[in-house]
Amino acid sequence: MKPATSYTYSALGLIAFLLLWEAIAQSGWIETHLLPPPSTLPQTLASEISLGIWQTMIWASLRHYTVGFFVGSLLGVCLGIIVAMCPRVAASQAWLARVFRPIPPLAWIPFAIIWFGISQTAAAFIISIGIFWINYFTAMSAVQTVDKDLVEVARAFGHRSTSAILRTVILPAAAPGIFSGLRAGLGQGWMTVVAAELFGIAGIGQRMIEASGLLASEVVILYMFSIAALYGLSDFAFIKVQKQVLNWQR
Amino acid sequence: MAKIIEVDDLAVNYNDAEPVFSGLNLTVKKGEFVSLVGSSGSGKSTILRAVADLIPTSHGCIRINSPQEKTRRPFAMVFQAANLMPWRTVYENVALGLEGLDLGKDLIHRRINSALNLVGLTEARGRWPYQLSGGQRQRIGIARALAVDPDILLMDEPFGALDAITRTTLQKELLRIWSETKKSILFVTHDIEEAVYLSDRVLLIGGQPAQIIEEYNISISRKLRREHSEFLDIVKDIRKGLQSSFDTTVIPIV
Repeated sequence: MKPATSYTYSALGLIAFLLLWEAIAQSGWIETHLLPPPSTLPQTLASEISLGIWQTMIWASLRHYTVGFFVGSLLGVCLGIIVAMCPRVAASQAWLARVFRPIPPLAWIPFAIIWFGISQTAAAFIISIGIFWINYFTAMSAVQTVDKDLVEVARAFGHRSTSAILRTVILPAAAPGIFSGLRAGLGQGWMTVVAAELFGIAGIGQRMIEASGLLASEVVILYMFSIAALYGLSDFAFIKVQKQVLNWQR
Repeated sequence: MAKIIEVDDLAVNYNDAEPVFSGLNLTVKKGEFVSLVGSSGSGKSTILRAVADLIPTSHGCIRINSPQEKTRRPFAMVFQAANLMPWRTVYENVALGLEGLDLGKDLIHRRINSALNLVGLTEARGRWPYQLSGGQRQRIGIARALAVDPDILLMDEPFGALDAITRTTLQKELLRIWSETKKSILFVTHDIEEAVYLSDRVLLIGGQPAQIIEEYNISISRKLRREHSEFLDIVKDIRKGLQSSFDTTVIPIV
């Protein structure tokens, strides 16, 4: 399918969904506080902006998200590479990873509060956990699957030290894998951002729980869409950067 | 003529298993083109890797009689699959062996250009490896080796994965480059005709652990080599030798 045709279908799908939703909400089958029609969203957005709430909440969440993303990604990628390059470290982490990996980021909330209080750091910590594991495993497998023949070529041409091999072969060869981990983390981060703020740290999550308590479901939906828009934007920007960095790929 | 590679009583073991070869002696003279032929798995590539110091040896010694200099490397390797780094352009791939040498930017540039010129691919310098054909990739592999200005080229079945026409073209080009640059070449192939066509000397590898079981001096003039009646006689001779090396090889039943 041509890209233009594909875009048309995607847009049609979205429009059809909104129209169906509007029709169901307007029909009176379901009460509007249970399912507000999408046509109320622009007005809700305007009112949240005029109250200054929307900007404050988005900005706060963005800060948690950005810090969590960078810390989780950096630690995950670096440790993943180290583990993949040292068989002894790989063996010593194998059981540890099996113990900690299945613990969902949200299960860390009690410790986040005990260690960091109800603070920005606590939210960033919870967000970083999910992102860390994704990047840890993708970076590890990206490095482990680097073509051994290319490593031999680099050695044959004088790049013999570990740091030289890392620079000339491992990092560039593993880059596509590392990038796919970063991109998956980008989405995972937005999923945990709301939950991380449910316990009272200012942000989108806090505002959503507040609004749902007041049965202001159109506000909840507004923030749901705000997250979708932020994710869409960050993913779009990420793909642009990835294309630039990995311009050698077919 | 002076010897440039001297392999003396060499043995290589993989993981304490039976030696791949042992008690191996081999010499290559300066400017000589020597081929190693043998069946797959006979250990000929292992010999090349040992000479290139890519694998540890368990016994004996390898002498490379080429001075260590800061601006060139004593030897360079050409691999079967060209194994270009896909994230480097052609130019950057050829530069691989020059990084770490004591060369200024200008000299690096000149070395790369003259290597690309030798393989006839100057115009491809900005392309990515995926934009090249198999034959072009192998030429870049050769240029990458030539760029470090080595005295010795170690070539591991460099034309094995190419179609017949490209292979013939590259064989001719290799002979041209060899006569222009006066390098010494140690060439591994399983193609007997290729070995006889290219080499001054063909060494037949066989047995377990591997040994040089026969040595053939090819004295036919290179210009007429393929058309010469003696060419086919030598090819037949080597084929017979290869066959009998199979017959005498005892394959252990595990």
